[in-house]
Amino acid sequence: MARTAAIEVTEGNPVKALQEFFRTLLERGKIEALLVARHLPVRNAVMPTLVTDPQQLAGADPLAPVFPINAAKVVSRLTRKPFEGRVAVVLRPCEIRAFIELVKLKQGRREQLIIIGMDCLGAYGNVDYLRFAAAAGDGSSATLDFIRNALEGRGTAFEDFDITTACKACEHFVAESADLSFELLGATLGEGLPLQANTPLGEALLGELGLASTREPAGRKEAVLDLLAQRTAYRDRMFAETAAATSDLDKLMSYLGHCVNCYNCRVACPVCYCRECVFTTDVFDHEPAQFLRWARKKGALKMPTDTVFYHLTRLAHMSTACVGCGQCSNACPNHVPVMELFRTIAAGTQRAFDYEAGRSVEEEPPLSTFREKEFFEVTGGKD
Amino acid sequence: MGEFEPTIIAFVCNWCTYTAADLAGTSRLIQPPNVRMIRMMCTGMVDPKYVIKALLEGADAVLVSGCHPGDCHYINGNLKARRRIKLLKEILPKFGFDERRLKMTWIGASEGIDFAETIRELVAEVKALGPNQARRQMVI
Ligand code: SF4
Ligand code: SF4
Ligand code: FES
Repeated sequence: MARTAAIEVTEGNPVKALQEFFRTLLERGKIEALLVARHLPVRNAVMPTLVTDPQQLAGADPLAPVFPINAAKVVSRLTRKPFEGRVAVVLRPCEIRAFIELVKLKQGRREQLIIIGMDCLGAYGNVDYLRFAAAAGDGSSATLDFIRNALEGRGTAFEDFDITTACKACEHFVAESADLSFELLGATLGEGLPLQANTPLGEALLGELGLASTREPAGRKEAVLDLLAQRTAYRDRMFAETAAATSDLDKLMSYLGHCVNCYNCRVACPVCYCRECVFTTDVFDHEPAQFLRWARKKGALKMPTDTVFYHLTRLAHMSTACVGCGQCSNACPNHVPVMELFRTIAAGTQRAFDYEAGRSVEEEPPLSTFREKEFFEVTGGKD
Repeated sequence: MGEFEPTIIAFVCNWCTYTAADLAGTSRLIQPPNVRMIRMMCTGMVDPKYVIKALLEGADAVLVSGCHPGDCHYINGNLKARRRIKLLKEILPKFGFDERRLKMTWIGASEGIDFAETIRELVAEVKALGPNQARRQMVI
């Protein structure tokens, strides 16, 4: 049976409660270090930070409504090789799911980690967050405003923006595969913040810390189902609109028309893990004569070339691993709706292989494996 | 204007389908001249981006053909290729590329007749489909 403990919340501030919990983990020697989103001494900047000194937890704020990068990328760097002891990483559900993909692609290790997740209420784009935090005065107040508004039914919209499209369309807002996860949805903060153990490791840890068990808050199930219904409806509308906007090559070209081939989207993408992307290798250092030949063929050649080619290739290479985190759109300087396209296509490619990115370490990535007898329709029934 | 003559890019493996194509030629089997053949060591080497590039450059169809399952000279390259083609058949039609413009099949080294027939059928099918959308326009 999954076990839930209640973490005491004082002054109605769940962030402080989280910080206290992290402090206990460090002080009692349960972990060597904690990777957590933390306010930097720079105004309104929140970045994953590896903390070993409990004093440094003061700015830790995994509930801040922003994640400038998908932290699965740094967790992958952190776990490339075995190290001494154990590290806890505090991640959003989409970061956990991206990390699970990376583990399967041998880009990180699950061992020696305690994964701590939380119900994700969404995040603003990097630039929007700056405005949100500035209006609140400072980052910590901004987080509290956000959490209260979201949990008390006032929504997440602010001035002329809202949480990102990726977040609005995300149905994986519960951190199901974390060892421990903070359950904000349906919680009455005065009665403590529920911390749920999803794995034997998580359960053991709650036991070792001597945290009393509680029952799941009465309103949780309903709160989760409500949000799920909203998110799924939004997602399906997004799928339909994106499919209609890209249904042939002309439309796809207008969709991608403002792309300048900067490749920020794949640098930001947690599951695009190749150290060297083929699009930045010699393969694409075309000869001048080649450009002229191409230009002559149709009378005109847009440069830089290969924009549609790049996006289609990335779709083929990684859409089966796309977790819909939206960092691609977040990183695009030209507001190309990259996430919308990738999630829409990913829904199809993942369905085709009966796969869901980030669901489980046990499921093999579709392109890392094959069966002898399968997909006969590809060869017109020939086996 | 004459009848539409499609251009078909065929990625064929050295050990089976290329040999079959050779056999079809030396046996003087009649085949339409629409195919540009690219010899690969194995269909397992056909990266999805080769197929995508061919279609974006205006090829009217792409054929990927190798050894029958069990006969691949690299044991299972063809089975890996089948998953990649499955993937592309899921992605490309979403952008208006007719699924029939991407064909995969197995043709063994001794099957020259089968090779010639596959080409005749594919050319006829693609003629009926008409030109690929990328043929008409500058692709960005
Ligand atoms: S393609 Fe975009 S949404 Fe998908 S995993 Fe990569 S960054 Fe996230
Ligand atoms: S980040 Fe935007 S402009 Fe840069 S390559 Fe991606 S889609 Fe194009
Ligand atoms: S060698 Fe022919 S398909 Fe692999």
